[in-house]
Amino acid sequence: MNGGHDVILDVQHLTMRFGGLVAVNDLSFEARRGEITAIIGPNGAGKTTVFNCITGFYQPTEGMLELAHADRKKFLLERMPDFKITARARVARTFQNIRLFAGMTALENLLVAQHNRLMKASGFTFLGLAGWPGFRSAERESIDRARYWLDRVGLLARADDPAGALAYGQQRRLEIARAMCAEPVLLCLDEPAAGLNPREALELNKFLLAIRAETSTSILLIEHHMRVVMEISDHIVVLDYGQKIAEGPPAQIRGDARVIAAYLGVETEEVA
Amino acid sequence: MDYFLQQLINGVTLGSIYALVAIGYTMVYGIIGMINFAHGDIFMVGSFLALIAFLALTAIGVTAVPLALFLVLVIAMLLTALYGWAVERIAYRPLRGSFRLAPLISAIGMSIFLQNYVQIAQGARVKSLPPLVPGAHILMDDGKFVVQLTNIQIVIIVTTVALMLVFSWLVSRTRFGRDMRACEQDLKMASLVGVNTDLTISLTFVIGAALAAVAGVMYLLYYGAIDFYVGFVAGVKAFTAAVLGGIGSLPGAMLGGLMIGLIETFWSAYFSVEYKDVAAFSILILVLIFMPTGILGRPEVEKV
Amino acid sequence: MTANENREANPRTARLDVGGALKDAAVAAAIAFGLFSLMLGLLTSAGPAGKLVVTTRFGLLAAMIAVVFIGRFLVALVARRRGASVPGPLLTPQVRQGLSRLERLVAPAFLLFALLVPVLFYSNRYLLDLGILVLTYIMLGWGLNIVVGLAGLLDLGYVAFYAVGAYSYALLAKNFGFSFWLCLPLAGVLASFWGILLGFPVLRLRGDYLAIVTLAFGEIIRLVIVNWQDLTGGPNGVSGIPRPSFFGIPFNNEPDGFAAVFHLEFSATHRVVFLYYLILALALITCAVTIRLRQLPIGRAWEALREDEIACRALGINTTNTKLTAFATGAMFAGFAGSFFATRQGFISPESFVFMESALVLAIVVLGGMGSQLGVVIAAVVMVGGFELFRNFEQFRMLVFGAAMTGIMVWRPRGLIATRTPSIFLDQKKDIPADIVEEARQ
Repeated sequence: MNGGHDVILDVQHLTMRFGGLVAVNDLSFEARRGEITAIIGPNGAGKTTVFNCITGFYQPTEGMLELAHADRKKFLLERMPDFKITARARVARTFQNIRLFAGMTALENLLVAQHNRLMKASGFTFLGLAGWPGFRSAERESIDRARYWLDRVGLLARADDPAGALAYGQQRRLEIARAMCAEPVLLCLDEPAAGLNPREALELNKFLLAIRAETSTSILLIEHHMRVVMEISDHIVVLDYGQKIAEGPPAQIRGDARVIAAYLGVETEEVA
Repeated sequence: MDYFLQQLINGVTLGSIYALVAIGYTMVYGIIGMINFAHGDIFMVGSFLALIAFLALTAIGVTAVPLALFLVLVIAMLLTALYGWAVERIAYRPLRGSFRLAPLISAIGMSIFLQNYVQIAQGARVKSLPPLVPGAHILMDDGKFVVQLTNIQIVIIVTTVALMLVFSWLVSRTRFGRDMRACEQDLKMASLVGVNTDLTISLTFVIGAALAAVAGVMYLLYYGAIDFYVGFVAGVKAFTAAVLGGIGSLPGAMLGGLMIGLIETFWSAYFSVEYKDVAAFSILILVLIFMPTGILGRPEVEKV
Repeated sequence: MTANENREANPRTARLDVGGALKDAAVAAAIAFGLFSLMLGLLTSAGPAGKLVVTTRFGLLAAMIAVVFIGRFLVALVARRRGASVPGPLLTPQVRQGLSRLERLVAPAFLLFALLVPVLFYSNRYLLDLGILVLTYIMLGWGLNIVVGLAGLLDLGYVAFYAVGAYSYALLAKNFGFSFWLCLPLAGVLASFWGILLGFPVLRLRGDYLAIVTLAFGEIIRLVIVNWQDLTGGPNGVSGIPRPSFFGIPFNNEPDGFAAVFHLEFSATHRVVFLYYLILALALITCAVTIRLRQLPIGRAWEALREDEIACRALGINTTNTKLTAFATGAMFAGFAGSFFATRQGFISPESFVFMESALVLAIVVLGGMGSQLGVVIAAVVMVGGFELFRNFEQFRMLVFGAAMTGIMVWRPRGLIATRTPSIFLDQKKDIPADIVEEARQ
């Protein structure tokens, strides 16, 4: 089934019902380790719902979401609360409508992402209050990590500016940098290219490909921007009305009649 | 059994008064997502205005009780509605869209202001009136305990039911009701499609205040005594009622009011009178913890 | 465009729009007539037979309407003249930078002044007491600041923890004879324990609901105190609480008393001065701890929580624990303040722990602005000091207080110090204006 590839996220028979409305219906797919998997589909197809199930903001009505670390450790995400999914299973996400801490600086945003690590180092605050040197070095390390990611997204010069004052494209990049500071094994990006101009979309592509190449983080992404999807994805899952209608590599999806039909011809040029 | 029946009657009466005030809370919360902390004091102002109006009418020679009461009701409703409008205009409208705490603090300030305004204007002493609607109907009398339904209780319950019907009609059938429901759903969108949101919000406050005034009149007639502090406790209880019934839901406010009235009456009758306020506060906490959407409220799905 | 530029660009608006202002004033006067007609125009009072009678006060009514008319007229004149209903930003960026430099001087100046108050006003017992009162509220404000200002949790029942602290101290000191220095931490622990107990069930509630529940808790605690006579003495309170001693040396006129030991002439002021420095120390500890916590991960998590809880959870933060910690820490400081209050007064009763106190402390925090330490100081001085100044106008001061609360909120919803200082920076610490800071994003 996985052809020898290592599966990081195994979604089986995921169903999400809100009262009478079925948002996601019996969805199964796999995301492989070290790959970029994209979930696409017309608006209302249930993509963000899937994300919310994976990251614990919704509790799935039915189904299993199994996350496997490289060391074989497994987590059943459908049973875990949202913050534990990030803290233990190491799944981080970004949001469709950017959710940065607008009144905090870019640096502070990235430090918040390293909260759990720093809390432990500060002895749950008590050692930190007492001036424990172990905390100081952990803090320095965290600042370095933040500095590294700020540099990667080209925002090092804006480190001390409030996140709310940054331009839209910069905010999007900062949100991804913040998610990376949480040291995830699976990075879930909800429409990271939304609102980006072609140049910025290209840079995003380069950035995500770099993450794939240089880190051990796998990426799961929801996107409408076909250029981004087709250029960087290793594997695409297509949803429509909450159900999977196609799955496969970009070349295959590009020509799939069902996919084109679902998008009703709007995307034909973009897909090419 | 008779004792129980009497408490039932008393509870429904008290509940009607709470329901009228609860509507004001629930409407305002539904439309602008704000708890109108000063609403209980609007209720208090209403009862004071009724008192003063009544005394003035009697002084100028209007002694026929039904006529006087009718006039008092109208005057109290009109003037209290004006107070409700003024409070919204001065303390809340400038803060619409500001961060959450600002209107709350502003409301607390208004609450303190209104209490002291009345206290200074009319004195701190309890003001009382002799019973104006005397008479009762004996329902059951077995020699040990008499179950009676007093005329004033009939007046209260009938008036409340009538107003509820009028109000329900208002919300579901009229243009204003539709506008109000639109604003509750999505304020910005409503204004974009042409609803005069400022006017709708003002009217919401006005109607809520008018209903609170009716409750104030009823309270005055039922208990015969008011002071400038009645707004605070009655306000919390009415708010509890609104939350219990489901904040944002009008039938919920009525149901909640009734329930709180019954609970309070039965608690005082069968347990202890001193801790009855604690009972009300505790119910509030329990409801908010275990059933924050209330009985008839719509559960909210968080969109991430 | 600033207001000045606007006026220069449109010279027409520089004229006085008297007609328009008169119209506004007339409308306002009509509304005032409606509002005041019964409430002010008539007075109900006990008549000769004990029944209520009504008398007219048309003079007062006319005067109040006139006041409204004139006031509205003047305001309308100014508003119409500016040409804009929203005045331009009061503070340009240059002014702001200058102010924040000034701010750095203000805080040490305040501290110096506070340290010297007993020296400057040694003979003025009234002012010393006022100082103690203001410092107590400053400490409470700093404590509540952690809950409301940093973590963004709407707590309307803070006075409950103050009461727990005070009563714990009173009962422990009276019944077990523990010294102040033992009771103080115990009271803090007890208060914080209550904070966790109360916080646990309610912290998943949203904004306004949390506010109401905390209000209800505060009232329940007060009602329990009032009614549980056996434990708390009910409405009579607890009296005869042991007064503080100078680390074991009592403040009396005996040979082993403070005055004798330090070869000073006995004066009752000694104890007052000691109390003053004690509350100053407690308050400063509160401030120092808060500043330090802001730089630690927990403080940063609090501020992030205030902005966007969902984003926090998405970053792996257990927001329930974060909220509980804020609640418990705030409660602890209130507990300390309560202990101090009990020993300073020697007597406590439920009267001191009414909702009004919670509202006052909350107003101080919100008026101060955005979790700012200095803001709390200024707000406390203004509100508590102002309140005391109007002592002679007993009746009116609450009225003015309520109006001021509303007025200040409408004028400056973000508070006086409407900037946030980042707790860490790489290169340069830049103050963040309040309008960028989000609150409780849903």
